[in-house]
Amino acid sequence: MSTARAHLEVLPRSIQLVLWLGLLALLAFPWIGSDFYAQMVSRMMILAIFAMSLDLLQGVTGLVSLGHAAYFGLAGYLLAFMTPPGEPVSLWWTLPLAVLGSGLAAAVIGFFVVRTQGIYFIMVTMAFAQMVFYLFFDNKVLGGSDGIYINFKPDAVLFDLENKQVFYYFTLACLVGVYLFLRRLLWSPLGRALNGIRINEHRMRAMGYATFGYKLTAFTVAGAIAGLAGYLWGAQTGYVNPELMGFHMSAHAIMMVILGGMGNFAGALVGAFCFEYLLHLFKDLPTVGSFQMGKHWQLWMGSFIVLVVVWAPRGVLGLVQRLGGDRDA
Amino acid sequence: MDLANFLIQLLNSVQYGLLLFMLAAGLTLIFGIMGVVNLAHGSFYMLGAYLGYAFCAAWGSLTLAIAGGAALSVLFGLLLERLLFRHFYHRDHLDQVLLTFGLIYIFEEMRSILWGDDVHGVPVPAALEWSIPLTENLSYPAYRLFMSGVCLLLAAGLYLLISKTRLGMKIRAGAFNRDMTESLGINIQLIHAIVFAMGVGLAAVAGIVAAPVSSVYPNMGSQVLIMCFVVVVIGGIGSIRGALIAALLVGLVDTFGKVLLPQVASMLVYVLMALVLLWKPQGLFKQ
Amino acid sequence: MTTRRLVLTRSAAVIGAASTGLLLPEIARAQSNKVRVGFMLPYTGTFAPLGVAIDNAFRMALDEQGGKLGGREIEWFKVDDESEPSKGVENASRLVQRDKVDILVGTVHSGVQMGIQKVARDSGVLSLIPNAGVHAATRALCAPNVFRTSFTNSQPTRALGKVMVDKGHKKAVWITWKYAAGDEAFEGFKESYTAAGGTIVKELGLPFPNVEFQALLTEIAALKPDAVACFFAGGGAAKFIKDYAAAGLKGKIPLYGSGFLTEGVLDAAGPAADGIYTTLHYSDSLDTARNKAFRLAYAKTFKLQPDVYAVQGYDTGLLMIQGANAVKGDLSNKKALYAAMESAVVDSPRGKWSMSKQHNPVQDIYLRVVENKENKVVGVAAKALADAGTGCRMA
Repeated sequence: MSTARAHLEVLPRSIQLVLWLGLLALLAFPWIGSDFYAQMVSRMMILAIFAMSLDLLQGVTGLVSLGHAAYFGLAGYLLAFMTPPGEPVSLWWTLPLAVLGSGLAAAVIGFFVVRTQGIYFIMVTMAFAQMVFYLFFDNKVLGGSDGIYINFKPDAVLFDLENKQVFYYFTLACLVGVYLFLRRLLWSPLGRALNGIRINEHRMRAMGYATFGYKLTAFTVAGAIAGLAGYLWGAQTGYVNPELMGFHMSAHAIMMVILGGMGNFAGALVGAFCFEYLLHLFKDLPTVGSFQMGKHWQLWMGSFIVLVVVWAPRGVLGLVQRLGGDRDA
Repeated sequence: MDLANFLIQLLNSVQYGLLLFMLAAGLTLIFGIMGVVNLAHGSFYMLGAYLGYAFCAAWGSLTLAIAGGAALSVLFGLLLERLLFRHFYHRDHLDQVLLTFGLIYIFEEMRSILWGDDVHGVPVPAALEWSIPLTENLSYPAYRLFMSGVCLLLAAGLYLLISKTRLGMKIRAGAFNRDMTESLGINIQLIHAIVFAMGVGLAAVAGIVAAPVSSVYPNMGSQVLIMCFVVVVIGGIGSIRGALIAALLVGLVDTFGKVLLPQVASMLVYVLMALVLLWKPQGLFKQ
Repeated sequence: MTTRRLVLTRSAAVIGAASTGLLLPEIARAQSNKVRVGFMLPYTGTFAPLGVAIDNAFRMALDEQGGKLGGREIEWFKVDDESEPSKGVENASRLVQRDKVDILVGTVHSGVQMGIQKVARDSGVLSLIPNAGVHAATRALCAPNVFRTSFTNSQPTRALGKVMVDKGHKKAVWITWKYAAGDEAFEGFKESYTAAGGTIVKELGLPFPNVEFQALLTEIAALKPDAVACFFAGGGAAKFIKDYAAAGLKGKIPLYGSGFLTEGVLDAAGPAADGIYTTLHYSDSLDTARNKAFRLAYAKTFKLQPDVYAVQGYDTGLLMIQGANAVKGDLSNKKALYAAMESAVVDSPRGKWSMSKQHNPVQDIYLRVVENKENKVVGVAAKALADAGTGCRMA
């Protein structure tokens, strides 16, 4: 793995500062930004939850999954199936149900997938995700390639999710909740076992740990949290389609996690924001001469990714650590 | 389905399978020998196809296009290996995934800047533009037979190279134990460069040869990429023989699936992969 | 400065800059009297040439009449939708909420169109559809602020059925991609073909955008129908035509299709396409003064030959000009604006057409046959064909 010290249970000061500043900015944003940008930041927060769930799998347990988006999209679809076309559905039972649904799917698929190692694991996770993708893509009953619309945001009774600001803060609350939950998990015996498995699975097995069970647990929990993100995504955009479960979505998640720095969840969070922001930036580039820089955003994005991998393998937070003067960074 | 129909569908499966094999062979070599996960393999296929289209348009001959495209892509492969991939052999699979995903973006844009976003056809060479009548209604295009022939030839060549030549011996040794091979005085860096260039070349030539049949269009790489990976995983990473068998299997399942079970046709290949992995977690012919 | 303070100030600076970066465009957008036109089209990917054609032709239509809308200057915005349905809502929101466009022109891909439709219905922005033929936009999800200047997916094929039966082909196989456009095209074909007395022997489909036709072509040969009808477009269409010929079916089993089969692909398809009959609301070879003038002007300005997509983009411009002129540039006068656009008759290169109550073109569908890389018009397959518009609660 590229990082050693980033998988800290106590984050270095520099990173903590970044997180606190970020939280303050997020809290204040809806008051100073426009509706459109508040929605964009909402989306970034949802993707941050998605990225953190992948970090549990990838950064902490060392399992690289190219099919994590399947659980993300699945929850969105569950919301779509549960929401009738003419009225909203209650948040309080659909959210847990969707999260449970994604978790269950992850448990079932994980049972088959977790027994493989290394490259095979990567490929098999992708294969299963593709299977789920085609299941939805080819069947009109499940919406087909055109997807399904969710015409009403879930009804929360106590607060109105149709109000964009309320939705924003609800998403922020979920983000903070997931972050705290995952960090607590890192401290727990489960978290320490997962870290151990990443570092050396054979040794863990020799010490008597049933690594299969631990890995499956990580896979399931990660899937469930991805489901939470997917549910929020469906609620926010009001539309789900098979692409949400596809290869590209999974690859984006991987990039967000790596971009930020793996293993401590803060990295995944920062990575998601950076990635989405960069995407937005690149697509809006002006035209220089006759060359439309914005049109060729993939060139800039691709180059940026390559540069990050070559020069900043520990991601943005790795850089921050170095700036912060941590000696082992 | 009557016998004639069945046999023709079998022929279709084999032809599709052989094309997949050409792509998968390059991928499995790069995987197996250098341990590099290369998501950009589909992009090499696409670049080859576009090169073939450009050369064909410029020189009017598919044979020349294949030769020119092969040469150029091998050179490109050598360059890419030297500048980028070489530094990633010891890196994490994750970093490789990220790197090659970034490359996919870059190659797509290169293609867009060089050749635009249109769909293009590549003419079948006049010598091969006929069809063999098989039933009263159906003929089989000669060009597809040619394609299968080229793939088989390359398969044979690859087999001979790997198992009967000194270079092949060195390649196998390097895959088995890199450090030991190096300490025996063999230039492992050169071997890696050659293998990588060969992989790129195979993918590119597959693209050129398939171009008259599949047309040349943006994003054509990503569709074959996933199929390629499935073939490599089923066959076993690093095994050329495995790639061949797996490719033929995938061709069969895909072709007959489309005809017999259209509702689940797309899923079948992945179900096949899952089943194979349950039975043999490392693929059919793991080295 | 201590290291900690350095990190603190640097991080604050970065986060501050990022937030400002997001806010800046807001502040910079001063008030102006310009009409904001936003394009949401595919500028990258397989459909990019279509997006570019629509963009070009729309601007040409406006330039021909002075480059203004109802006397007002125009400010252009554009978003590349990449033909990605999952980003449809997001991209449309960008134009509507961030750039605050008055008119949204888009798009090509039906899946993306559904995203635009959602935003259009929620926000009430004037939405002009220059291509996407998805039924719902002028049926179940129709809206007073949504106008289409192209076609519905079933319109071209609704004119096809009778043509085939008249030529004596009573048993046909249908083949297409399994997605909205393919399914809806089939709807039109099925209705007209069975109504005229034909029987559909089998309905074949493959996932979009798969182009491995061999297995299904073999199947078609085994079924031995009188004719084959299909819907394919773009690169897939070229390949299908070539594969059909290479499998020896050309000449033995006549091939028919919705006109998109032979639009923009005849160069790539070559002689394999000769003799294919298609139905579409336009043809390059339409021998009218209006069409000839349009084609000349487009070719001169953009050094490209125009196609049906360009015509649709052009007509979108013409429609908008009529609407804007009727309200003298006051686009906030929605009632008058919509009324003007509803009653508009567009003098298009495809022939004159008018708007249906559901805001879809009522137009002639031409029968064309491919001859020497050209779609030659051989007649009118259906005159003044309107879309059924079932489920639209506006009419």
